[in-house]
Amino acid sequence: MSTESITPALQLGVGDRLRLWWDALARPTQWLVGVPFIVLIALLPVIRPPVLTTVGTDFGGVLAQFGMYALLAIGLNVVVGQTGLLDLGYVGFYAIGAYTVGLLTSPDSPWNLTDDWLSRDWAWLFALPVAIAITAISGLLLGTPTLRLRGDYLAIVTLGFGEIVRLLADNLSNITGGGRGLSQIAYPVVGESASKPNGVFSAGNTSQPLNSGTWWFWLSIVLIIIVLLVVGNLERSRVGRAWVAIREDEDAAEIMGVPTFKFKLWAFLIGASIGGLSGALYAGQVQFVVPSTFNVINSMLFLCAVVLGGQGNKLGVILGAFIIVYLPNFFLGRTELFGIPINGNDIANYKYLFFGLALVVLMIFRPQGLIPARQKLLTYGRSIYVATRRAALALAATPAPAPAAAEPSDTTEGGAR
Amino acid sequence: MSAVMTVGTTLASGVISFDLGSLGRNFWALTIDGLTYGSIYALVAVGYTLVYGVLRLINFAHSEIFMLGMFGQYATLMLLGFTPSGNAYQEGTVMTVVYLLIAMIGGMIVAGGSAVGLERVAYRPLRKRGAPSLVFLITAIGASFIIQEFVHFVLPKLTGGKLGGVNAQQPIRLVEAQVQFSIFGADVTNVEIIIVLAAILLAVATERFISITKFGRGIRAVAQDPVTATLMGVSRERVIMLTFLIGGVLAGAAALLYTLRVPSGIIYSGGFILGIKAFSAAVLGGIGNLRGALLGGLLLGVMELYGQALFGTEWRDVVAFVVLILVLMIRPTGILGESLGRARA
Repeated sequence: MSTESITPALQLGVGDRLRLWWDALARPTQWLVGVPFIVLIALLPVIRPPVLTTVGTDFGGVLAQFGMYALLAIGLNVVVGQTGLLDLGYVGFYAIGAYTVGLLTSPDSPWNLTDDWLSRDWAWLFALPVAIAITAISGLLLGTPTLRLRGDYLAIVTLGFGEIVRLLADNLSNITGGGRGLSQIAYPVVGESASKPNGVFSAGNTSQPLNSGTWWFWLSIVLIIIVLLVVGNLERSRVGRAWVAIREDEDAAEIMGVPTFKFKLWAFLIGASIGGLSGALYAGQVQFVVPSTFNVINSMLFLCAVVLGGQGNKLGVILGAFIIVYLPNFFLGRTELFGIPINGNDIANYKYLFFGLALVVLMIFRPQGLIPARQKLLTYGRSIYVATRRAALALAATPAPAPAAAEPSDTTEGGAR
Repeated sequence: MSAVMTVGTTLASGVISFDLGSLGRNFWALTIDGLTYGSIYALVAVGYTLVYGVLRLINFAHSEIFMLGMFGQYATLMLLGFTPSGNAYQEGTVMTVVYLLIAMIGGMIVAGGSAVGLERVAYRPLRKRGAPSLVFLITAIGASFIIQEFVHFVLPKLTGGKLGGVNAQQPIRLVEAQVQFSIFGADVTNVEIIIVLAAILLAVATERFISITKFGRGIRAVAQDPVTATLMGVSRERVIMLTFLIGGVLAGAAALLYTLRVPSGIIYSGGFILGIKAFSAAVLGGIGNLRGALLGGLLLGVMELYGQALFGTEWRDVVAFVVLILVLMIRPTGILGESLGRARA
């Protein structure tokens, strides 16, 4: 406290300063800074930095998985972070997306379209919008009866939904292949060459460093940017304001004339379709779906990504997804780290234990997550937000003898909602 | 467009078979087995219902408390000198009952203790801060991860591989299922008699405890109106602890009964589905309502087995989820309505 009162500017903290700096930038400047950063991340599997590169599994594959989880986290964030509806069955939408692609393009499926009129080269691209549409419809079907329920009931019902989807995939064995799953699912056939007869996206493309994982990672980055633009615009629109209102106080929102049911359904539908998109990516990448991949425990993992990163903050949830996917893989197969011998496989195995601990500890000490969401003046645009925020922070920093006012302002504002 | 035609034929060829005859033939056997499972669900459901009644919180980790109870009773039996073997032990009726009681108490202590511990470590800090209910739920999910993975990975290391791990425990069979008598042509085994009798005893004891004792009155008072109850001198913290304890103890008892019926069910992931079913049972009867939980458990157990007979074994778990969703859609307050506070003394 005493050091802070000597230099009040320090009170802002690194995160706040960075955020303020970023928010104060004009849109084109943000793109100018952002694009090289994204390119740098995209080049990670090509550069393969020495320590960061995973040992036990292929780095490109890990990053591709991160891409899919990031999409899932963004989708789940719309439901949990923006609208405040706890959805524990999100894996169900992921499964529906993956199985839609599988059912439409796998030779094992009775509904395979690729054996008569659909070319295998285009099958994945054709199945992608269908998968998104079908997951959106399933979101509507689940949401219509259940979104009238109170929050904690909703959590359990969605949990049941996720489990029902898995059980359906397991039990309807003459359609979904049951426990054997569906194999040889279509993938985009692009860039065929003599060494890669099935194109760069085929699982058979194992040439380093531009293997199929890297290509799927790049595809998912493109999709993430598109989804972020869509979701970001929605957030700044009437819909987004309605979501925040519902999250903060559903009754008050209803009284103020927000059709809460309608907007909750929208959130569910948009979240579901993003989950479906991610599932379709997954099905294309591994070309194989089995029910056990879509266990309900994965839902908890997705939720963990959202909560860990910071509910309601898109960048935060992407970071959360990265932690969830990357950390276990980082330790997998590693026997030493900076010269210290470790049993990496064990650490990777314990991932649920660590994530569980992280959830409990975070909820007690930092419920807003690693990168918390800040309340913004959604109606008036960024310039007003930056001005008010700057003023508020300056106000909090100037009266040196009363730093107590500055401390809680940070927690309440970023607060647990 | 052969694809469209195959859709039709696959659907017509009977994706889900519907076997009414099987239900008719085995009606009484299914009912008896259903009541057996149902009484286990009922005991676990009480844990959900009590905590919900007092705290308006779905204790998502309760299923893991039940799972710990299974391991608790198993460890107790091992301490008593039993080793897992393929054959059932022949100890004579009296000694078997004594051993079962000791095992049950072991399970109760482990489950009750961990329920109280969970409340202390995970929920109390949140309650002190007045966190929103979403935060509680997420904590509960985290706690359930921790408990599961503890049994999955850490427990085998602590016990030298005797307990926990990836595989289910080798069963210790104290009671071999033997047909005792039959009702309407349906056989009733000794295992089923033990389970139903023990469950009824425990349920009645809990009901009486909540209805007549001072502690029970405290629980009901806090459920009805926490502020007034506190003003009247009821210690809310103590009531909450007691609630978790009762729920945990009953889950521990249910754990022993469950392992009698499903000897190979002692596994780290064994609590999850049962927990959801018990929760469904609590909602079906009216969450927050003690009698509702008991009724809901029995009903769900029976419905589940009827569903199994109608659609096939693989659909059994789906029944509970569908019932849950239907109840919440049609009558969210459950059959007997939500009221722990309004239960008459």
